[in-house]
Amino acid sequence: MNSKVSALPDARTQEQPRHLAEPAAVRWLLIGIALLFLGLVLVLPLLVVFAEAFRKGLAVYWAAVSEPDALSALQLTVLTAAIVVPLNTLFGLAAAWAMTKFQFRGKQVLVTLIDLPFAISPVIAGLIFVLLFGTRGVFGPLLEAVHFKIIFAFPGIVLATLFVTFPFVARELLPLMQTQGSAEEEAAASMGATGWQIFWRVTLPNIKWGLLYGMILCNARAMGEFGAVSVVSGHIRGQTNTLPLHVEILYNEYQFAASFAVASILVFLAFVTLVVKHVVERKHKTQSI
Amino acid sequence: MHIVAKNLYKRFGEYEACQHVDLEIKQGKLIGLLGPSGSGKTTLLRLLAGLETPDDGEIYFDGKLVTDLPPQQRNIGFVFQNYALFRHMTVFENIAFGLSVRKRKKEVIRKRVAELVELTGLSGLERRYPHQLSGGQRQRVAFARALAPEPQLLLLDEPFAALDAKVRKELRGWLKEMIGRVGLTTVFVTHDQEEALELADEIFIINQGKVEQSGIPLEIYKSPRTPFVASFIGESYSLEKPSSLKGFDWVAEDGQVFVRPEFVDIFKAGEITDRCVANQGKVTNVTFRGNNWQIEVMVGGQKVYGTRSLEQPPLQPGEEVDVIFRRLLVFAQGRPQVLENRVKPGEEKRIPAFV
Repeated sequence: MNSKVSALPDARTQEQPRHLAEPAAVRWLLIGIALLFLGLVLVLPLLVVFAEAFRKGLAVYWAAVSEPDALSALQLTVLTAAIVVPLNTLFGLAAAWAMTKFQFRGKQVLVTLIDLPFAISPVIAGLIFVLLFGTRGVFGPLLEAVHFKIIFAFPGIVLATLFVTFPFVARELLPLMQTQGSAEEEAAASMGATGWQIFWRVTLPNIKWGLLYGMILCNARAMGEFGAVSVVSGHIRGQTNTLPLHVEILYNEYQFAASFAVASILVFLAFVTLVVKHVVERKHKTQSI
Repeated sequence: MHIVAKNLYKRFGEYEACQHVDLEIKQGKLIGLLGPSGSGKTTLLRLLAGLETPDDGEIYFDGKLVTDLPPQQRNIGFVFQNYALFRHMTVFENIAFGLSVRKRKKEVIRKRVAELVELTGLSGLERRYPHQLSGGQRQRVAFARALAPEPQLLLLDEPFAALDAKVRKELRGWLKEMIGRVGLTTVFVTHDQEEALELADEIFIINQGKVEQSGIPLEIYKSPRTPFVASFIGESYSLEKPSSLKGFDWVAEDGQVFVRPEFVDIFKAGEITDRCVANQGKVTNVTFRGNNWQIEVMVGGQKVYGTRSLEQPPLQPGEEVDVIFRRLLVFAQGRPQVLENRVKPGEEKRIPAFV
């Protein structure tokens, strides 16, 4: 099925035929505009982050990133991502599996619901949890009675991040599993494979790169989420401050160098994510051809 | 395996894909389910496999009720229309899958796969992935994979539909021989009547979720029992007012009449002398079909099709011709009849043969 792909001309190496190409002036103008835009919107801010971070020297930078509050924020961010990503991977897999391999009533509603976290503002997502689990929220009295704190505590941060990053894995898998259909699973079943065997030996290997890609996107957002987490965290330094929140606090306190230094950690994490994503994409491509 | 289905019923929403079907398949037979697309033949196959659950009715394999058994426990092999090969597995792993999920020993698996690779002529391709194979090779892998766990029943869904004409012909012969050698009860689905007629020991004609007729290919071809079968099999077309045709003036007007091109002889002017048994017609179209000409003739305001050999003098559109009908397929009051050309007794006219 996919064998034809390799026969197509490779867009990167193929010279544009002359009758399809624009005049040189137009070409350079368009490329120039694109580059200028890219530089202004993407490269310049990134450079500023690092320039500002190192403006007062390496010592100040190091002090800012090794300060206990910064370290605790980093720890909290990584821990949150470490909990959220596996959970949403599981949810996303289950949702995509249910929606592509089975027919049931209300399927379309479910597909739409999955996108809900993308559609509403993260601040509102945070607010939902405050209204549910806050002291004056629906479950507030109950939680107080059992001495379990969700809002302004770690569980709230995890919940808010879970909500905001919910669609990534499912969204990535849905179209993939839809195009793959269930013929291979049916074939496996006809040969005597049990449900587990089908999942581990047929379904999972077919979607692994898509799954990994979804997990990477989910991780990037989990680490960078600001709005929803800001509402539920309470900004308690050293306790409920994630990296993005910590950056904001430092900035508001006019500690610009420190703020940019911490921001550079986030940028670094983003770079790592991008590199992994790139590798995964390339693997994905060579596997699917 | 001896298969019996009783009163099978399956619907998808409004669409009744299988409407109270009864069928019996004897051990070791090669069965073709033939019907137009959307007739429910694939649903019937999937019901037998356990890939669909019937809303009503029962299926028995060797007398044992299997209606509620999942496909895993039915001891079947299934070849899918697009083969559904495991794309991340090599040819070897694909064929070995059915054995390895049953936790067979490594040596047993290796031996069986080697056997099947040999049988299906895939030697040397064991380490290739499906996307590195041609259509015909993929079909063979799908076949070997289905056979590996030694099923009692082999089910094939349009097994040749994705292949080009030449490979299709080759594999058809190969498959028939292979199944004969293994002695396996086999059911295949096809919309291609040539394939069904050529391959099957017995054909079930499926239309709108029902079995219209079943029997050996020759019988189905020669004596279709319903108007649908008559129009579906052969290159049949229908005619009106049969009594206006020479030699059929005794035929009642109230039936449905079907004609196949081989029932019709078309003669160039002067080719026959005895013209009073022939209908006068005018050629409207001539189509070259490789091994013969298809001739479209207007006879008494109706379109009639016949063929002429390439050895005969060619006809041109607009040419006046003599047309003789040898027989008609007539359905009157639901009863099928084959009516032969009957020149009136007393007149000593016979149907002239072409010399």
